[in-house]
Amino acid sequence: MSKNPKITDVNELNEMSRQIRRDIINMLLISKSGHSGGPLGLADIFTALYFNKLNINSEKPEMEERDYFFLSIGHVAPVWYATLARRGYFELDELKTLRKVNGRLQGHPAPLKTHGLPGIEIASGSLGQGLSIAVGCAIGLKLDKKPNHVYCVNGDGELQEGQLWEAIMTAAHHKTDNLTMIVDFNDCQIDGRIPEVMNLYPLKDKFISFGWEVFEVDGNNMNELMEIFEKTKMPNGKPKVIIAKTFMGNGVSFMKDDHRWHGVPPNPEQGKIALEELAPTKFGDFV
Amino acid sequence: MTFDLINPELKETRQGFADALIELGAENPNIVVLGGDVSGSVKTSLFKEKFPERFISVGIAEQDMMGTAAGLAVAGKIPFASAYGEFAAGRPFDQIRQSLAYSEMNVKICASHCGISVGPDGATHQSLEDVALMRVLPHMTVVTPCDYNETFLAVKKCVEVNGPFYIRFYRDKTPNFTDKNATFQFGKANTLIDGNDVTLVANGLLVWEAIKASEQLKKEGISARVINMHTIKPIDSEILVKAANETGLVITCEDHQKHGGLFSAVAEVLVQNNPVPMDYVAVNDTFGESGTMEELMAKYGIDKNAIINKVKKNLKRKK
Repeated sequence: MSKNPKITDVNELNEMSRQIRRDIINMLLISKSGHSGGPLGLADIFTALYFNKLNINSEKPEMEERDYFFLSIGHVAPVWYATLARRGYFELDELKTLRKVNGRLQGHPAPLKTHGLPGIEIASGSLGQGLSIAVGCAIGLKLDKKPNHVYCVNGDGELQEGQLWEAIMTAAHHKTDNLTMIVDFNDCQIDGRIPEVMNLYPLKDKFISFGWEVFEVDGNNMNELMEIFEKTKMPNGKPKVIIAKTFMGNGVSFMKDDHRWHGVPPNPEQGKIALEELAPTKFGDFV
Repeated sequence: MTFDLINPELKETRQGFADALIELGAENPNIVVLGGDVSGSVKTSLFKEKFPERFISVGIAEQDMMGTAAGLAVAGKIPFASAYGEFAAGRPFDQIRQSLAYSEMNVKICASHCGISVGPDGATHQSLEDVALMRVLPHMTVVTPCDYNETFLAVKKCVEVNGPFYIRFYRDKTPNFTDKNATFQFGKANTLIDGNDVTLVANGLLVWEAIKASEQLKKEGISARVINMHTIKPIDSEILVKAANETGLVITCEDHQKHGGLFSAVAEVLVQNNPVPMDYVAVNDTFGESGTMEELMAKYGIDKNAIINKVKKNLKRKK
């Protein structure tokens, strides 16, 4: 049994995702360095996966039957670390060590072999690489006729990386229907809105023409997330992508939908306001 | 050890790769091979014929190939990713750095058509920087076998070590002169010819040139030791320091830029332990061009004659 088991009640899942948002703010206030916007926007998706959908056991992170989770956008590491700690992969107290020397919570996720943080399969930071890895893993599992499912979280701006489209082709070519890609569709990247920096749209049509099955969801709505992840396991020969409409900085009014919050932490004053907006939960803070 | 300098057996190193792969495939069901549309050229098509379900085509997409290989390794497979040297090391460098080297994935990169010796295709296809690129990556083992037999052994044995490998070989038929039953250990170089006046530290294609140079120098009264440094990383420091002590002059010989390859690797060891006069036989900071293997090796100064000239020029530097 995992230390912190799965949650089935949607209200409780929402409370957990709010707690993870509080953890993100607290981590960034301590580290004084790191990304705010992406992690806050992804808290609901991470909560849905780690507290309900993934077949995982934090006591045995490398159990053979586990679902595989890959994060292609390593810069949103704070949401992953907070989620893993809340799920029992390591002590909550370690969240204080984000981006600190000699720590395991590297600025971008470091591989298990190098830094020893359980639950992380492979390094992530340089954009565009995660989906190829997820596809390779999905092909390997299919070769062994194993039922494990593979998940990969990507950014929308990240889809400007050419390697992702190579991997999108490979996934369809090899019929990896044991793979679910989640695109964090917040329409923000460091320099601004996606169509201003490098247009990607129509995104759904691109995936369809590449042979994928496409789902669209409100990525900040727990009810919708609970339903959508049930639909992506269909063994129909097609890889699945969930285009999840999220808001960068969701949960904190002055950060919401503002690309300027991509790569900066809140200052103490901003942090205080953010924590007032994100009401305390029954799970309690780590600080 | 004696060598048939007049009429050596000629064999492709890439065939050694392919033959080893087929044996590995039969022995271990976890061996998988990634193909990047050059499976005929790099000879992975032979594996594909035998084990079609374990041959994974990724198309002309080397960056994706390295990532896919990493994912297969996460799922417990032992992936072999193969392409021409420039596209196996240069194009997907960042993918190799993050997803294979930093992440210590058990992926074996096998690069064919390396060096200027690939010939007529010209400079775009002559990987002369790949050893330098791979050698700077922590966790990476870098191997440049010298003939068919050694390529076969390197490929067969690389699966005994968990971690990323870069194995570099060639297109054309070249002399196959090493003993196929010889002990082959990564990081342990072999002394092929003993000598006291100078040490030739060679790898890959240049080992044969060094042997020929040594034989000719012998006739002129110069005793040239020949060391086959098949593993550039981790390098065999012990054999180098000993050779520097005993011969007092070291010439490195490689089909690669003089920067960052064998010349640099050997210099790094000697400068810390026992600096002696050194010189290089390598491509001197320039791109190649079209031509035959022999023509290019002569023009760019990486053949037997170049070695002999460098030895004679440097003997007077000895203390």
